[in-house]
Amino acid sequence: MNLNRRDFLKIAAGSGALLATGGHTAMAAPRKELPPNAVGILYDATLCIGCQSCMVNCKQFNSMEGGALYPQKEGIPYEFPRPDQQYWDRPIDLSSNTLNVIKAFRTGTGVNKDSEADGYSFVKRHCMHCIDPACVSACPVSALIKHPDNGVVSYDKDACIGCRYCQIACPYNIPKFEWDEAFPQIRKCQLCNHRYAEGKYAACCEYCPTGASIFGKVADLQAEAKRRLTLKPGTYEEFPLQTVDSGQTIPTKVASYLNHVYGLTEGGGTQYLLMSGVSFTSLGLPDLPDEASAAVSEGIQHTLYKGMIAPAVLLAGLVFSAYRSTKDGEE
Amino acid sequence: MSHHETKSLGGRLLTTTFMVAVALIIVMGILLVKRFGMGLGAVTNMNDGYAWGLWIAYDVLVGTAFACGGFAMALLVYIFNKGEYHPLVRPAILTSVFGYTLAGVSIFFDIGRYWQFYNIILPWHVNFNSVMAEVALCILSYVVVLWIEFTPAVAEGLGQKNTTRTLNKVMFVFIGLGVLLPTMHQSSLGTLMVIAGQKLSPLWQTNLLPVLFLISAITMGYSIVVFESLLSSSAFKRPLETGMLAKLSGVIPWLLVVYLGIRFGEILLNGKMGYAFSFDLRGNMFLLENILYIVPAVLLFPKQKRTNPGTLFMAAFLILIAGSMYRFDTYLVGFDPGPGWRYFPSASEILITLGVISVEVIGYLIFVKKFPVLPKLGHA
Repeated sequence: MNLNRRDFLKIAAGSGALLATGGHTAMAAPRKELPPNAVGILYDATLCIGCQSCMVNCKQFNSMEGGALYPQKEGIPYEFPRPDQQYWDRPIDLSSNTLNVIKAFRTGTGVNKDSEADGYSFVKRHCMHCIDPACVSACPVSALIKHPDNGVVSYDKDACIGCRYCQIACPYNIPKFEWDEAFPQIRKCQLCNHRYAEGKYAACCEYCPTGASIFGKVADLQAEAKRRLTLKPGTYEEFPLQTVDSGQTIPTKVASYLNHVYGLTEGGGTQYLLMSGVSFTSLGLPDLPDEASAAVSEGIQHTLYKGMIAPAVLLAGLVFSAYRSTKDGEE
Repeated sequence: MSHHETKSLGGRLLTTTFMVAVALIIVMGILLVKRFGMGLGAVTNMNDGYAWGLWIAYDVLVGTAFACGGFAMALLVYIFNKGEYHPLVRPAILTSVFGYTLAGVSIFFDIGRYWQFYNIILPWHVNFNSVMAEVALCILSYVVVLWIEFTPAVAEGLGQKNTTRTLNKVMFVFIGLGVLLPTMHQSSLGTLMVIAGQKLSPLWQTNLLPVLFLISAITMGYSIVVFESLLSSSAFKRPLETGMLAKLSGVIPWLLVVYLGIRFGEILLNGKMGYAFSFDLRGNMFLLENILYIVPAVLLFPKQKRTNPGTLFMAAFLILIAGSMYRFDTYLVGFDPGPGWRYFPSASEILITLGVISVEVIGYLIFVKKFPVLPKLGHA
């Protein structure tokens, strides 16, 4: 077939151009910075006693008007293990009814707190409020947006079309879909942004009795996390309660920390930071590269579609070729 | 613009195939009432880990790739100016029209907040960083372009020659768009999964997803033209168009070689070959998927083999399976949201997909029998 080789080479040359730019991460979009007044949470697993007060209060305050679980069909969406055991909210994992969950890691005999050997540790999971969130980059209709000032990632049901690309994109599987609703929404932690106007902050931090979860400016939380890594294990130190700058503290014996604060660099960084005595992979957190997947994806798109120049040039060529060949046919 | 003539087939419409398809469409209708009344969870096995299932992997990904015949043929006939293939264009556009329209309809079944779908065309809502936004807008526009490209067949069938003549004067614009739009969204259907990052197995995750998806979609486009021409010749007892198909399929092995070169080059350069031989589900699926690509390349390279209808049919069939597997693997098999998540489509989900395919089959039968789509015998 005489057309093959030559025409084929033309196609190949086209893909070659893509290949040249499409090879590696050099084309990634620039790394995003922390918003100026970014707020977040520092969770210290070594201080957590697994009381689940944060879970109960998360549900209660988010079921109120403006909350991430509002409106619900009937009151607060507790998840009971069995219909005849309706006395304790006991979700297995995050869901469209549970935006914050305490989980436990156990190994061996499970007696030593914060230890990888015969130990256990709690972990608190909810939205990480990424600095470069995959869900925000993925959402085709801007239903998920990152607040330019405080960095909270929030959801707008009136924009959402329910395509669930956010669920595919999120490395932490945070956005949850209402599978059993005829008119479903995506549900996710919005860092209690409905409470800021009245001077309040995340309910999970307000009701944490041990200071395991504290709310505050991300910059302050990062500094507090780094301070904790310098403390001597076994000594008694003061740990802030509720918020990083509340002035209230509680004396606690310093545990032996893993020398790593999760969220400083993971996936481009997050506004939810975690500290622990055991490895974060044991706690179920993914081991992510420093580059956000959103940056990689946007890099490819922006290379190919910058100013729509390449598609416009291609279209002009295509229309010209089509014009030429359809005219040929008519003569 | 056309030297050859087309003609409607005529003949009885209510065949057994037709009636089975109608039955499947009725079943789909009942299940859809449940889906829209009680939510996606009532009929599908999709979950918060596997948020996309059969409908996206098959109806959208495979469905639109199967519908790339129109795109691939327009590229050849109008862009590379190979007019001799013109008789294959109209039937190819017809399957494209149905494939894409029904992919659009399937998306409507799949999205949760379908009543707000128009947000995707409102400029103040569109997120231009989103690969999904580009895919949605491109597919939407392409469905419109395909119907315009197919309008001459409908107009001729209804005896409106003037419409055809007017339309043919500006058709080159739509032909250009009809090549640009699928180039954009078939590649972006690959880019969609880049943001899934580590949730997609290294055997499929690469920045070259757009290149691989585009080449494989074009390859599947030529294969579906060959496959469908041979199938409809045998089903409607028409002479085989072997000569033209043999010549057309000469382009396929070259496309396969480039595809496989990039596919394996990327895997080897990034040292990911070990995953292929880990003898787990994903490794095995990777090997099977690529063997299905290699076999038709070997089958089609010798020129004399391409004149054998049996070989042609087998090669086209294998490429369609391979391309479908590549899409299923990238969207479902290779996708791992973490421990504890499982997905396999439910019976209702499969039945709804069969219903969608039935609409396509019925549409094809009606159009080839009542409208001038297939080449007139003794002339082509």
